[in-house]
Amino acid sequence: MKRLYSILKYICIIALVISLISLLAVVAYVLINGVDKLSFDLLFGDYTDSPSIFPAFIGTLQLVGIASIIAVPIGIASAIFLVEYTGNKGRFVKIVQVATETLAGIPSIVYGLFGYLIFVVAFGWGYSILGGGITLAIMILPTIVRSTQESLLSVQNGLREGSYALGASKVRTIFKIVLPSCAGGIVTSIILAIGRVVSESAVLILTIGMVVNKVPESLMSPGASLALDIYYFASHGYPAEASATAVVLLVFVIFLNLLASFVGKMIKKSTYGDTK
Amino acid sequence: MNEFIGNMDIIAKNCNLFYGDFQALKNINIEIPEKQVTAFIGPSGCGKSTFLKIFNRMNDLVEGCRIEGDFRIGGVDIYDKETDVNLLRKNVGMVFQKPNPFPMSIYDNIAFAPRTFGITKKSELDEIVEQSLRRASIWDEVKDRLRKNALGMSGGQQQRLCIARSLAASPKVLLMDEPTSALDPISTGKIEELMEELKKDITIVIVTHNMQQATRIADKTAFFLLGELVEYGNTDDIFTSPRDERTERYITGRFG
Ligand SMILES: Nc1ncnc2c1ncn2[C@@H]1O[C@H](COP(=O)(O)OP(=O)(O)O)[C@@H](O)[C@H]1O
Ligand SMILES: [Mg+2]
Repeated sequence: MKRLYSILKYICIIALVISLISLLAVVAYVLINGVDKLSFDLLFGDYTDSPSIFPAFIGTLQLVGIASIIAVPIGIASAIFLVEYTGNKGRFVKIVQVATETLAGIPSIVYGLFGYLIFVVAFGWGYSILGGGITLAIMILPTIVRSTQESLLSVQNGLREGSYALGASKVRTIFKIVLPSCAGGIVTSIILAIGRVVSESAVLILTIGMVVNKVPESLMSPGASLALDIYYFASHGYPAEASATAVVLLVFVIFLNLLASFVGKMIKKSTYGDTK
Repeated sequence: MNEFIGNMDIIAKNCNLFYGDFQALKNINIEIPEKQVTAFIGPSGCGKSTFLKIFNRMNDLVEGCRIEGDFRIGGVDIYDKETDVNLLRKNVGMVFQKPNPFPMSIYDNIAFAPRTFGITKKSELDEIVEQSLRRASIWDEVKDRLRKNALGMSGGQQQRLCIARSLAASPKVLLMDEPTSALDPISTGKIEELMEELKKDITIVIVTHNMQQATRIADKTAFFLLGELVEYGNTDDIFTSPRDERTERYITGRFG
């Protein structure tokens, strides 16, 4: 028995080492190949003689903007309806639950195909930042609904009762008591969802096209994102530029993750004080 | 007519309450006099909380709860269609078993109800906050940290904060559901003392499973058993010469 345990322990340690090494290998590889290509031209150039990721950077910001403007309010409102108005039970909630779980698990390329058929083809928009942004919004919506639901459910019922017992209406209770009590969790999950938008590529190949050398003139123009730039550079003979872009993207995503936990903690601290 | 003015007696007639098919309250009739402390006692599960929550209509929030009967506070039919539930709850405050301060500053906790009813002027709010905290005899302990989070206080302080928070709505009636059962004896003593003060202007109904507490603070006591009101009268009479055998058995600790 004892030997079995120690063997198990070593298997776990080896597994951990393998996963750490592969993670480090990816980061190291990207850094070694990419860092010395991180020139001013690549970062901020206008893409005349040498490649630049500036257009894609703008594209990424636009996509994040569109996706969050759409998905955040709709997602939070849906979750509020499910938790606060239906008590998070009943057939309807079950159906929505299964739907959001399934949608959250669908490969992103399927969302891409959907966006392509709707916005590019049916609406006749062609490739556009707007179509891509909306598709991304649809993609992150289930996650935002789910995590906001969790956050709302984590709020003690005693707080709601306390608010009602003081004569507050349902709306006031939701906006003044429930949402502020769980704002930390909600904001964290929104930032993480934005992280998914930033790193998404499959959806965008099919919806915004891959115009890497021009800042989109309007939201109806095609464009690129940082993640798409990596694909483009790598497949068009610029492996070093691809790595450099990957460095930028990595930094971006790490920053978002740190921001998520920092902002979440800050908000929790300001709502719950130092007690929790 | 929706105003809670004049005499604040609480009257319940022919009260039956059902949770789905389960009848939790059976034909209860009671008249609770104003500006006194009335205690509800009885074994756990007998319907004390359920009956208490009738008077600020908290049972409205419970799905599948059906209520029959006639209920008046200060002459107002509180289940009338015309009655504004939020206004009712402003006038009939409630303190819960588990202290439930909002995760915000002490000041904002107290100011919540006045703000709900449209008071925004800072001087006015300041005044209400101080008054309410004084009435709940916690002002001296918190006056220097009104902007601090209420969750940083001790359990006993939190409960008195919750009482102050109710008082800030200037209620005519205060319902208290085992307000001291989670507290230490010192905090309990403080709350009992302040109830003595409060009943000068407010009708208080308190659920308690602690019979000593009932004898200490209550003018009237109602004994419930299995959803029925078994006996109701002056606290002294209930505890010294109960009329019903079941009451006697309960207060002598022989069941429940
Ligand atoms: N929301 C509810 N749904 C169904 N049954 C309930 C609900 N709340 C209380 N009950 C039942 O009603 C009875 C009275 O409960 P309660 O009023 O909480 O008793 P007490 O406060 O005297 O301990 C108990 O049998 C309890 O199980
Ligand atoms: Mg109870």
